[in-house]
Amino acid sequence: MAQKKTILVADDDPDVLFMLGHYLEKWGYEAVTVDSRREAEKFLEVASPDLAIIDLMMEEEDSGFILSYRIKKKDPGIPVIISTAVYREKGIRFDLQHQTDSKWIRADHYLDKGYRMEELRKVIEKLLG
Amino acid sequence: MEKLSILVVDDEPGIRSGISRILSNHTVSFPFMDEDYGFECREAATGEEALEMIMSEQPHILLLDNKLPGMNGIELLEIIQERNLDIMVAMITSYASLEIAAKATDDGARDFIPKPFTPAELKASIDLITKQLFLRRMARGMKEEGKKIRYQFLSVLSHELKAPLNALEGFLRMMQERELGESLDEYAEILSRCQQRIEGMRLLIMDLMDFTRIRLEKREDKIEKVDLVERAQMAISTIQPLAIQKNIQISFTGEERVFMNADPNDLDIMLNNLLSNAVKYNRENGRVELEIKKMDDKAVMRVRDTGFGMSEEEKATLFREFVRIRNNRTKGITGSGLGLSIVSKLAEIYGGDIQVESKPDSGSEFRVILPGC
Ligand SMILES: Nc1ncnc2c1ncn2[C@@H]1O[C@H](COP(=O)(O)OP(=O)(O)O)[C@@H](O)[C@H]1O
Ligand SMILES: [Mg+2]
Repeated sequence: MAQKKTILVADDDPDVLFMLGHYLEKWGYEAVTVDSRREAEKFLEVASPDLAIIDLMMEEEDSGFILSYRIKKKDPGIPVIISTAVYREKGIRFDLQHQTDSKWIRADHYLDKGYRMEELRKVIEKLLG
Repeated sequence: MEKLSILVVDDEPGIRSGISRILSNHTVSFPFMDEDYGFECREAATGEEALEMIMSEQPHILLLDNKLPGMNGIELLEIIQERNLDIMVAMITSYASLEIAAKATDDGARDFIPKPFTPAELKASIDLITKQLFLRRMARGMKEEGKKIRYQFLSVLSHELKAPLNALEGFLRMMQERELGESLDEYAEILSRCQQRIEGMRLLIMDLMDFTRIRLEKREDKIEKVDLVERAQMAISTIQPLAIQKNIQISFTGEERVFMNADPNDLDIMLNNLLSNAVKYNRENGRVELEIKKMDDKAVMRVRDTGFGMSEEEKATLFREFVRIRNNRTKGITGSGLGLSIVSKLAEIYGGDIQVESKPDSGSEFRVILPGC
């Protein structure tokens, strides 16, 4: 049997961690769930996930951007999905297709919270190719 | 591309030209900025020369060495602050002097560049300052439209309202799709999480009602002569069930009656918030002490607990809307982060004051002082 792929999930909402943990394991992944950028960084010091799903707002309003940046710095090959519940409200406009934007955001996909699990699954499968 | 102007102040010509060279083809871009920023450097060898250049043409950013012949960096910084000049300053310090750093921060410096620095360190510092500059411009733009506070408030509020809805929706879907099997017993944990999220939303809505009510309501016709001690005793019995769960003793000390002119509703809001915090952020088997007394023509409510306490930094943001302290101990505790902002707003409306003393791991004391006795 092939080795399970590891997915790092960072979100400060324990319910999101619970749900994502459940589905990811069901889909055959190993889920590592952490509730802050700091915890995520601790994990990154000792291991590399195959993919990361991170919340934009954790300790800081832009924890997700910072974390995403760190992950890509460690290994640009790790796909990163950023999600947030308040995309429009925060007025953070960004377009991952756009060259300069993707240079800074360093994420591979963006999800508006409230997404369907099937949607997430497709994105993950596509990113893990 | 917009060019930001930088004034480099250093008495060593080599450093000045080095900085100018490194920054001349450096650009900064952030996902939330419309366009990239580039840089244009001018140079000054002394504080006096720098001041003259600043007054004739104000730069966006000042890179300031502290050790200068004549006027030093901190002195220049103070002049800039006195004259209320809108310049982002980064201090270049040749040795890590905590004292200078602290002083410079007080005087408005945004960042420090330790000497000697690498080009990467310089660029990182410039990136940080540019981001701050941009965010400040953006915030100012919104303030000009009178929107800033409302906008931030609404964006956080919508986050706080959507998060529990998303959780509830997700859990319902898990049940619909029998994710954990056919037996209802398997869903006990999910159901109790759902209940917690609903409770959280209920609390948020109630706090929001208080939050808007105290701002909008006409108070004049509601003011009456109220016995603060009676309200305090009612507040204690309201919080009692929660206290019993954690085996926390609540004691009352103070005078028998303290009459004051107020809207009794407002007093209840303050007392309930302070007491519920003292219980919520307390340890098992802890204590809470409520004291009501009269001091000259002022009424004082003092709530002391044996709880988690908080650090100086945490204290600094405590009264802002939606601020909640996050650590391992506060993790599972439900709240909106509005309570103390309501209490302090009320104290202000009454012309009173709120004070807090706290020590991490040993406890906190909140005092509300209200005139009108
Ligand atoms: N008595 C206290 N002891 C320790 N921390 C407190 C106390 N009161 C308030 N806090 C901290 O301040 C934060 C803000 O309090 P508040 O505005 O009442 O919001 P809420 O209780 O809804 O979180 C709380 O989340 C808590 O971390
Ligand atoms: Mg509270």
